[in-house]
Amino acid sequence: MATLARLRPTIARRTPFRVAARALQTSADTTQPLDTPHKSEPFQVKLHEDSFHTYRLDAPPNFEVEVTKDMLMTMYKEMSTMRRMEMAADALYKAKLIRGFCHLAIGQEAIAVGLEHAITKQDLVITAYRCHPFAVMRGGTIKGVIGELLGRQAGMSNGKGGSMHIFTPNFFGGNGIVGAQVPVGAGIAFAAKYQEKPIATFAMYGDGASNQGQVFEAFNMAKLWNLPCVFVCENNKYGMGTSAERSSSNTQYYTRGDKIPGLQVNGMDIIAVLQACRFAKNWAVSGNGPLVMEFVTYRYGGHSMSDPGTTYRTREEIQRMRSTQDPIRGLQHYIEEWGLATEEELKKLDKQAKAEVDEAVEEAKASPEPKIEDLWTDIYYKGTEPPFMRGREREEVHYY
Amino acid sequence: MNTYQSIRDALSHALVRDDTAVIFGEDVAFGGVFRCTMGLAEEFGRERVFNTPLSEQGIVGFGIGIAAMGHTSIAEIQFADYIYPAFDQIVNEAAKFRYRSGGQYHVGGLTIRTPTMSVGHGGLYHSQSPEGFFMGAAGVKVVIPRSPIQAKGLLLASIRDPNPVIFMEPKILYRSAVEQVPIDDFELPIGRADVLIAGSDLTLLTWGTPLYHCETALHMLASPPPQVSRHVPESLRGAKVELIDLRTILPWDVETVVESVNRTGRLVIVHEAGLTAGAGAEIAATVQKKCFLKLDAPVKRITGWDTPVPLQYEKFYIPDAIRILDGIVETLIY
Repeated sequence: MATLARLRPTIARRTPFRVAARALQTSADTTQPLDTPHKSEPFQVKLHEDSFHTYRLDAPPNFEVEVTKDMLMTMYKEMSTMRRMEMAADALYKAKLIRGFCHLAIGQEAIAVGLEHAITKQDLVITAYRCHPFAVMRGGTIKGVIGELLGRQAGMSNGKGGSMHIFTPNFFGGNGIVGAQVPVGAGIAFAAKYQEKPIATFAMYGDGASNQGQVFEAFNMAKLWNLPCVFVCENNKYGMGTSAERSSSNTQYYTRGDKIPGLQVNGMDIIAVLQACRFAKNWAVSGNGPLVMEFVTYRYGGHSMSDPGTTYRTREEIQRMRSTQDPIRGLQHYIEEWGLATEEELKKLDKQAKAEVDEAVEEAKASPEPKIEDLWTDIYYKGTEPPFMRGREREEVHYY
Repeated sequence: MNTYQSIRDALSHALVRDDTAVIFGEDVAFGGVFRCTMGLAEEFGRERVFNTPLSEQGIVGFGIGIAAMGHTSIAEIQFADYIYPAFDQIVNEAAKFRYRSGGQYHVGGLTIRTPTMSVGHGGLYHSQSPEGFFMGAAGVKVVIPRSPIQAKGLLLASIRDPNPVIFMEPKILYRSAVEQVPIDDFELPIGRADVLIAGSDLTLLTWGTPLYHCETALHMLASPPPQVSRHVPESLRGAKVELIDLRTILPWDVETVVESVNRTGRLVIVHEAGLTAGAGAEIAATVQKKCFLKLDAPVKRITGWDTPVPLQYEKFYIPDAIRILDGIVETLIY
């Protein structure tokens, strides 16, 4: 290992290989209005020309995006609420009320929120363990998420799953095993195609999971059978404590689908996320087969609650991302700059978000823990269980 | 019908009765290496019966996704020896889907068919019996049939069981076991053992291929051939041995086995997988607890050796009739 450690600097310092000549734009606030932003009518804005990089795609998504004030304000409120919720989870964890594993998506809010505004409730999403914002955006509640984290009956899996195991009827959950949800997503897309439903399935994973063998297995099957599946890599630059450059021979994750076209997207500008997801959904339902979409984003916190997140990157780096590329501050900048709302009005939304989260936390905390009998439910379908299951201690045996 | 024909017949019933049912796996559209899916692609279409790439983890993950959408998803892993790459998908995803979603989702429509056990010359990667590895995976069921009729009834029951099922087909029986199989759609119960021969002196418990070796051993016990007769005391030749086919390995039929051992006081378990932490270990532990005061002899396990399945000496690896006979005699005279 000592030899390896000595070798590493020369490897790590190599300039990262770039497919496109120019680096992807990763600022959150580079979109410009094309016509006068209007408070009640839709208006056009133009994304920075480096918001997308393409791989085997004839053309990138349109840089001109139609938005409305209402949509931008809603997205702002939702991102702000998601961040508040994750901060509440952070506090509850540190207060030892949430135990076990907990992965927060602070910094990555633009993806869950932007995606939801581009797709319909019929479209399907499956993701990995950093799943809380998706669960809420896909029809869950903050109380349901916090309740699940706390392991209470009010939780979306009745308190039996925990942080990584939250589902809604169109969201196939957080999944705790790195990469395992990707072939499952391909299967979901297959079933949707079999039913001839005009919907897209978004199978999401991180830059860390992108090196799992089964991700490539899923790519191959999806392309082979032309499945309406969008593989979404949320590249937050670190797979646990190892940077993308140290873990991946090719860090351009959108190019990893071989024959599957790819799209790299500025994941910090929610308008770019929105436009890319609209493009991806359209791509999938138009019979083009799969697409590999990479969002370049950043997580402010550690990988999980047990990781301070500062041993493998500098505090300055995190601070720089927070102050220059934050997706919520980026959208705030647009709203204020374009004269859609004032700072005070946005502050009011922030306050509402905080109040909403605080209330949900209290309600979740008031919910009781799962009943002891529920330890043995939902293992097998009711009525088909084995005669008995063993319990927590020797004498505790549950007979069905 | 032999076993592969009865399995093909069962699959055909499953596809006819259920529009959402799909069959996929390596080479299944061509009929599969053991001919279990012969002609199904032609009959039901390539959209419903199709080949997959050689990627077991992907196949099971893909099957879980289909089942999570409420479909009937019948995956084939070409040999049980190849199921290990899919172990994570089976144990962490399929088995836990219902529990970790608080009952919102399940993959009950998933059935994984896979040929198992030895053929005499399969060697390390074509003769293993991995059923024991799945015994701790609460949430899945593991079923192993012994004959064509059993295979058809149990497979249809497995496909329609609202839990994910691993259906392991003893591959030597595909051609060698022949029965008059009813052509109707019928199911046999999962989770229930089958008492094949009633007896009162010893319980002989097994599943799959070794059942036939057990049967031979019982004939040898009653009328030993000259070469072994001196090892079989006259007094034991009239022993009444109860032969049980366990059929479902998870959840296994504790009630039937315990009831039997409480009557006979002796238990011999036979399986092809190695001794250490094989399925027999779990059964022996439960039986010694539940039948402790009724046991007249230690629970005996006659199994494969704790080595890889060797190519050249595979016949010596598997528990054959002589070893079973020896185990029965030893347990009876204990």
